[in-house]
Amino acid sequence: MSATIFAPSTDASGSPHSHSRELARRVRIHVLRMTSRAGASHIGSAFSSADILAVLYGHVLRGRPTDSRWPARDRFVLSKGHAGSALYAVLAECGFFAVERLETFYQDGSELCGHVSHQGIPGVEVSTGSLGHGLSIASGMAFAAHLGSSSHRVFTLLSDGECDEGSTWEPALFASHHCLDNLVAIIDFNKIQSLAPVTDTLALEPLASKWTSFGWAVRDVDGHDHGALARVLGAVPFEKGKPSCLIAHTVKGKGVAFMEDTVLWHYRAARGEEFDRALAELETTE
Amino acid sequence: MRDAFIRSLTEVAARDPAILLLTGDLGYGVLTDFADRFPRQFLNVGVAEQNMTGLATGLALEGHTVFTYSIGNFPTLRCLEQIRNDVCYHRANVKIVSVGCGMSYGPLGISHHATEDISIVRALPYITVVSPCDRWEATEATRALALQSGPTLLRLDKSSAPELNEPAEMFRIGKARIVRQGRHVTLVATGGILGEALTAADLLASDSIQCRVISMHTIKPLDVDALIASATETGGIVTIEEHTVEGGLGGAVAENLLEAGALPGFFLRIGLRSGFSSVIGSQQYLRHVHGLDATAVAQSVRSCLAGSPHQYVARACA
Repeated sequence: MSATIFAPSTDASGSPHSHSRELARRVRIHVLRMTSRAGASHIGSAFSSADILAVLYGHVLRGRPTDSRWPARDRFVLSKGHAGSALYAVLAECGFFAVERLETFYQDGSELCGHVSHQGIPGVEVSTGSLGHGLSIASGMAFAAHLGSSSHRVFTLLSDGECDEGSTWEPALFASHHCLDNLVAIIDFNKIQSLAPVTDTLALEPLASKWTSFGWAVRDVDGHDHGALARVLGAVPFEKGKPSCLIAHTVKGKGVAFMEDTVLWHYRAARGEEFDRALAELETTE
Repeated sequence: MRDAFIRSLTEVAARDPAILLLTGDLGYGVLTDFADRFPRQFLNVGVAEQNMTGLATGLALEGHTVFTYSIGNFPTLRCLEQIRNDVCYHRANVKIVSVGCGMSYGPLGISHHATEDISIVRALPYITVVSPCDRWEATEATRALALQSGPTLLRLDKSSAPELNEPAEMFRIGKARIVRQGRHVTLVATGGILGEALTAADLLASDSIQCRVISMHTIKPLDVDALIASATETGGIVTIEEHTVEGGLGGAVAENLLEAGALPGFFLRIGLRSGFSSVIGSQQYLRHVHGLDATAVAQSVRSCLAGSPHQYVARACA
């Protein structure tokens, strides 16, 4: 089987997860530059997902950046399409397309739209942007793999706000009924949705027991701990015959102190002194 | 037409294991044989049309030809955004099959009247919209769609027009069928209501009014050439649909003829004009109530030929 997508560089430090941490750091810097240049929203959502994406592409997903349609690849569906900037940045860093293309994010004439699109962008399996679509599509892909006795897995990343959508729970029923243990749903549980904290909007807790009661095998993880993420995602399926749900506890805006854990950075783009401070913090992050 | 569809799908599924049939928990007694014969090609996803459409997209992206099956508005309007974003934007090979369209389920009330879906779905990019008039067209359309990649809506109603196909006739998606020749007026219909158009043509023939009758089984892409020819070769065009006139077949015909500069001598859209039908009844009864049956069509054509097409509109809106 092919190696994971983002290969460690030869001069990586001794830490087994240093290369994915470096990937996450670069992704955050790209996202900062992309959203700042564009005046685009959702930097907080992209930052909360950055470590999950880096671990997926650095340690977990099997794929070939030079052959993005390789049939045996693991599929990844970004259901929280508003974190598209982070996915584009990961894919560019992995070599699916040139890093320079990230400069076109949100710009006139570009295909790199704010909510992720597959059109003309190697490595993006599915376009999303309206919440509550990704898990159904991923379930269809996982069901197809079962039908075809294919061994690839299907991973999808959902937001917590997305769990408000009834269309998230329809495939939740379906996937467990059909024992899709090749399907992994990761919830980026940063506890803040569009206007307010999740607890003030529509309480999701007890979230793990909801997924458990829907027939999924559920684990919790610190969504910024690369070692823990790599270990738990390396252990899927959590139970044979059940789809896996990983609740990744994250911090919205993670990586830039003044952006963390606030609704504001769901919308705001860093400019001027804010941009300089954010960049300085990310550049000095190990 | 529903039975013709499933018979045809059974034939093609036997030859092509990539074909899958998904149902949103409907089709009692209709899909049983298919399910028994092809257990690996059949899936009841439960009462979850949004999921059915998303699943179909995922399956299609992995190489399957996926038919989704339900009734009325459930496989279309209930999951419209999944059709738009997932099926159409990805040009996924998903064939949405809606049975009981128009007012087939007349007594069940407006939840089961599929009377706006043509207008709404035809606005979506990349999708083909097919509305057969009889069992032969339903059979042929199913075969043709199974071989054609890309998003499709196949809408079937309970009624079926008399089968007038020639023995060796070829059915082509996007190619209108002239099922009766005439020079005074062209009646363009879609779906089983074509039967009313044919009966109206018989009634009008007794008044020496010769009607050309066209089955516009494909609403998107529309056979504009056939319409332009009828606009120039016959005295006027009347569209007939068991569906709102707003943006449906009549709207599509009007848009295209006007844009082509091919103005018919007169033009009338026969369809639903008076809002939701809170009055219930059989499909035939409701056609009568809403001025869509053969008698009403014939009367409207006479009004048009007498130079007063607005009589129909005034009557239908009353």
